[in-house]
Amino acid sequence: MAEIVKEAHLYPRGVRPRLSRWRRREILDAYLFISPTVIGLLVFLLGPIIASAVLSFTDYDILTAPAWVGLDNYIQLFQDGLFWQALRVSVIYSVISVPLGLALSLGAALLLNQKIRGVAILRSIYYMPTIISGVAVAMLWRWLFNAQFGMVNILLGKIGIRGPMWLTDERWALTAIIIASFWGLGGAMLIYLAGLQGIPSELYEAAEIDGATEQAKFRYITLPMISHVTFFNLVLGIIGALQLFTDAYVMTGGGPNNATLFLSLYLYRQAFLYLKMGYASAMAWVLFAIVLILTLLVFKSSPMWVYYESERRRAA
Amino acid sequence: MNATQRHRPLPFWRTKRGQERIRLTLSTVIALLGASLLILPFYWMISTALKTPAQVFALPPVWFPIPPQFGNFVEAVTLIPMHLYAFNTFFIVFMVMIGTLLSCSLSAYGFARFRAPGLDFIFLVLLATMMLPGAVTLVPTYLLFNALGWVNTFLPLIVPAYFGSAFFIFLMRQFYLTIPIDLEDAAKIDGANSFQIYWRIMLPLSKPVLATVAVFTFVWTYNDFFSPLIYLTDEAHRTIAVALSYFQGSPRVGPQMHILMAAAAISLAPPLVLFIAAQRYFVRGIVTTGIRG
Repeated sequence: MAEIVKEAHLYPRGVRPRLSRWRRREILDAYLFISPTVIGLLVFLLGPIIASAVLSFTDYDILTAPAWVGLDNYIQLFQDGLFWQALRVSVIYSVISVPLGLALSLGAALLLNQKIRGVAILRSIYYMPTIISGVAVAMLWRWLFNAQFGMVNILLGKIGIRGPMWLTDERWALTAIIIASFWGLGGAMLIYLAGLQGIPSELYEAAEIDGATEQAKFRYITLPMISHVTFFNLVLGIIGALQLFTDAYVMTGGGPNNATLFLSLYLYRQAFLYLKMGYASAMAWVLFAIVLILTLLVFKSSPMWVYYESERRRAA
Repeated sequence: MNATQRHRPLPFWRTKRGQERIRLTLSTVIALLGASLLILPFYWMISTALKTPAQVFALPPVWFPIPPQFGNFVEAVTLIPMHLYAFNTFFIVFMVMIGTLLSCSLSAYGFARFRAPGLDFIFLVLLATMMLPGAVTLVPTYLLFNALGWVNTFLPLIVPAYFGSAFFIFLMRQFYLTIPIDLEDAAKIDGANSFQIYWRIMLPLSKPVLATVAVFTFVWTYNDFFSPLIYLTDEAHRTIAVALSYFQGSPRVGPQMHILMAAAAISLAPPLVLFIAAQRYFVRGIVTTGIRG
């Protein structure tokens, strides 16, 4: 924060001025204002994080006292075929649905960033599905993907394609959940739209004078100028995708043959159906590690593809 | 090349304006196609909800059920005690909303307007928690509420809202930073204390951002499935979302897709109505946090 004034240099080394009454009052007030958040951080985050780390080294079923088992839970995880399956499902889902979803939402944003008649209404329509996530939507998709009477296969039939069995076919169930996720691309689209509107029009005008083609303008102006939005959407998308629960729970329940057993679904089963709290905690930490690794990869790679205004100024 | 050739006007579709017109028309067509794809699921839900059981499983499909079976909606809310689930849901949503608005605006004001040792660090920690998967704190938090005897009450869903939430604090802080500080300075000179300034000046000025936080809290709490699923096991305590998930597999409904879709449509109505009424607050919230993030 730029406005913070460092007063320390005004005093000789080793001499600390007594804080004024006014200043002490300010510090006290500051902590009073943020106290709900600080308490929340301690009770609902820091405490549980530590407890979860400790629990992951124990066997605990709520009914009997936790027993220390060392690294057993983690070792067991790596030998648990279902855990590997869940890991596979979650990672495949993230790696496919996030980039594709970003591309689609960028496409929608570019489309709706033009002077089309009724563009405001169109934007609302594109955004509307994101308001209504959850059980009802998952139920609706389950019905849409019904192999015989669902709308998806009926429409595919109209163009001469025999649709697969979708949710009951283990080769297609995950694809169905990925397609359903694209219904909610409106959120990322809105963020992209705001980014597109923030690009100074001089850049395009200058490029036009130089005779740049549409493709060149997109490649050398639009993409770099919204790369920070892509970065933001990508990080949010990965974190969200790795935690997907409701769609899988309602649409397939993890089936068929565990083809859509997402990590969070498997974790839920271990914790709340089998009451294996220690094992579930260990799994949560592995999930966290994966989120951390993926977001770190995005962060580390960002200097290569994320463009910041301040860099241009520095270079110039 | 002679003079007449050079001065012959280009055909309309080759001129700059013509190209622009073609591009706009093409974009409009694609945008409309996309919009219809996005609306189709809604249409399928409503039309299924208005069918007779025979029409639901008719081939070729019935696109326009005539006469529409409006009775399906009545059946959907009477087969299960929907009024009870609605009451539970709205009670939780209301309490969470109050807690979120109070705790987040207080903290956001603290982070935006004060300087104190450690304040910036705490703010950074807070932002970092947004990346933490909920699963990590899930089990201990559940055990905590279980030990307190709060499982099967609304408390686990409501109480945490009174202790701030990173996303909304960030959103509100961004808003406070745009408010000129002069008013507060004037109030300070008049002898108002910090809390009075927050309550009498900042809160009234921050109505737009409060509305944004309120609508998002409403939608997210209303749609939340996981927390009510694990904390509310008693049938009488269920929220609409949890009730729907049980409704799906219940023998009372079986494969009666028309009733299920009627119930789903009813449950989607509150957030959709809110969206239509308060659209600009949704848009503002997304755009502010997205851009500054």
